[in-house]
Amino acid sequence: MPLLENGRITEDRWTEAVEGAPLPDGAVIVPLERLEEGLARTGQAPLGVAIGPDVDVRQLHHVLPRLELVAVTFTTFRDGRAFTQARALREHLSFTGEIRATGKPLPDQYEFMLRCGMTTVKTERAEDVSVWQQAHERFSIAYQPSILHERRQGLGLRRFLG
Amino acid sequence: MSTNTATLPVGRYAYDQIDRTFLSQRVAQFREQVNRRIAGHLTEDEFKPLRLMNGLYLQLHAYMLRVAIPYGMLGADQMRALAHIARTYDRDYGHFTTRQNMQFNWIRLEDTPDILERLADVDMHAIQTSGNCIRNVTCDEFAGAAADELLDPRIHAEILRQWSTLHPEFAFLPRKFKIAISGSPQDRVAARFHDIGLVARPGPQGRPVFDVFVGGGLGRTPIIGVLLRDNLPEEDLVAYLEAIVRVYNAYGRRDNMYKARIKILVQALGVETFREKVDAEFALMNRADYRLEPDIVAGIRARFGIPALDAPADAADTLAAGRKADPAFDRWVRTNTHPHRHPGFTSVVISIKPDGGIPGDVTADQMDVIADLADGWSFGEIRVTHMQNVVLGHVRKDRLHELWRRLVAAGLGTPNIGLVGDIIACPGLDYCSLANARSIPIAQKLSARFASPELQERIGRLHINISGCINACGHHHAGHIGILGVDKRGEEFFQLTLGGSAGNDVAIGQIIGPALPEDETVDAIARLIDAYLVLRTEGEQFIDTYRRLGAASFKDAVYASA
Ligand code: HEM
Ligand code: SF4
Repeated sequence: MPLLENGRITEDRWTEAVEGAPLPDGAVIVPLERLEEGLARTGQAPLGVAIGPDVDVRQLHHVLPRLELVAVTFTTFRDGRAFTQARALREHLSFTGEIRATGKPLPDQYEFMLRCGMTTVKTERAEDVSVWQQAHERFSIAYQPSILHERRQGLGLRRFLG
Repeated sequence: MSTNTATLPVGRYAYDQIDRTFLSQRVAQFREQVNRRIAGHLTEDEFKPLRLMNGLYLQLHAYMLRVAIPYGMLGADQMRALAHIARTYDRDYGHFTTRQNMQFNWIRLEDTPDILERLADVDMHAIQTSGNCIRNVTCDEFAGAAADELLDPRIHAEILRQWSTLHPEFAFLPRKFKIAISGSPQDRVAARFHDIGLVARPGPQGRPVFDVFVGGGLGRTPIIGVLLRDNLPEEDLVAYLEAIVRVYNAYGRRDNMYKARIKILVQALGVETFREKVDAEFALMNRADYRLEPDIVAGIRARFGIPALDAPADAADTLAAGRKADPAFDRWVRTNTHPHRHPGFTSVVISIKPDGGIPGDVTADQMDVIADLADGWSFGEIRVTHMQNVVLGHVRKDRLHELWRRLVAAGLGTPNIGLVGDIIACPGLDYCSLANARSIPIAQKLSARFASPELQERIGRLHINISGCINACGHHHAGHIGILGVDKRGEEFFQLTLGGSAGNDVAIGQIIGPALPEDETVDAIARLIDAYLVLRTEGEQFIDTYRRLGAASFKDAVYASA
């Protein structure tokens, strides 16, 4: 599955660290356990970190200014912790970089991911991208505030999406 | 914003074009998901959470669709649509549930998108009636009508409905999540048996404040919710609930389905630690984003139609004369009405528990009758209660006699509200794939056994709740007498609990001894009730006698071999 951004396929400039191998040059996503190693690299190459769903994102507080990407993961589509992690990254920690959804989210969750602050999706599922594109375009209304600060509709809590 | 309250449906939030667009987009989404499933692009495992988000279960014999009735409020037009669905897509009936919804038991997957479309025509849906998300918010069935009410909880129930509907962060929680709200000091919503229970009242300057109970629930591990926060100001309502559910989403257990409810988290962390986490989250939040401003509340309030309550000055006298003249009517008024805030009106409870019948089951024709009566007598407004009955909220006292005659003619005049015949029962083994035993036949036998209205009134207030398994959909823990179906070597047995209550005197019922075989259960309960009639002192209700004397006094009666 290619990388998705705004419902479209986009180029992935990031490489993921390979277990047991030294970190490559350039933009690299390291697992949380290798964050120190990533930070110790010389030069200004972009650094991202991949975290599991059980991580309290507040522990990234001090290093966030040096990170350009945080990858959150859906070990299964049923595990919704990544939503809360993404929201906390945006809302509590004011992280402005890329938040990438990985693992096995469903296209039917796309709108939720975006509204919680995730910006890109790279999934292990073998869906047709068109399903994701449709999911991106389908809805114009939501009933509650979100991280995207959608325009209030005037009455109640409703928002116009997009 | 122009709202003409004269044209708004009474008692419920009136949809506008935006709400309707929202619904039609969701129906289209589900239609496409069903197509993907039928074409094999989604596995059953993947489809399951999607159908559950739309209230569709796969049960023993067929799909079951649970239609949302937000905070139990329904219009006559909506009731007619439910009747139509019962006729067209089910076997001519539906089932009112303890969570103020309606269930259809014989639905075909292929029909579901059409059914949802038909529901959307009358501003209804089945979103979040199941699945691991925030479920339909429940509320006092006498909201906006009860004499003892301090604050109409429906406005905030609607706010919470909006907030929780497809909430992006909370659609995949560790487990289902149930919220109930009451605006009366008399708890009629079982606030402390919910994941979050809210009790609202007017605070400073008349603005609402909320007591927030958390971590209550029934099921395998029944727990009474604890007070997490009192006097929560209205403007913080959404932010604070958001904080609670975030903590739950982050820390709730996902490794074990039976330990996944918030009640387990609250117990595991301890209330103090849980509260600290919620407060920390609350403190970090960008609160301005979530503030419930008075104009938002006012905007939603303005979408609720208000009944024009005017009754002749002698309405109450007319009623009194009618009661004097007709003892059967008098009895029904005694049992099946509830005091209204307006002296010329009363709230009527229509019993969906005919003698020997299935609690909560209504035929399509009865639904139409109820709709007609609501139009004629109660501003087109209907409420579904957590006791599986139906309420007409605002009935003029001088017109009550005629209403009663119509109800009796439709088989809906059973005078048993709050009495032995007013049994709560889950669907049990007749429909439910999780059941150990059949709840319905026990309910039917008990209600037939105690059919005599004189006897029922003599016995007094007594709640019998029946669940077909430990999941406790029939709230057996909260019944004065609870009946739980258990499986013993492939046979149906029933375990009795005594002393439960869901009201202000909240309590979890205690198991009194070994489970009984099916054919002995009804007799045992009859002996139990006989024992109570002997043991009670003047004016005592069953629950009082039980609390005074304890289980031991009843045990002999239950286990006395016939
Ligand atoms: C026939 C299909 C049904 C199935 C498969 C089902 C399944 C379940 C399960 C698995 C639980 C345990 C959840 C837990 O405590 O973690 C539960 C609890 C419950 N269910 Fe059902 N149920 C069904 C019907 C109903 C009906 C008809 C109602 C009434 C509206 C209902 C209301 C409840 C309630 C009130 C609880 C107790 C939850 C609590 O702890 O607060 N269920 N159900
Ligand atoms: S209590 Fe058990 S048998 Fe009854 S509806 Fe719930 S899950 Fe089914």
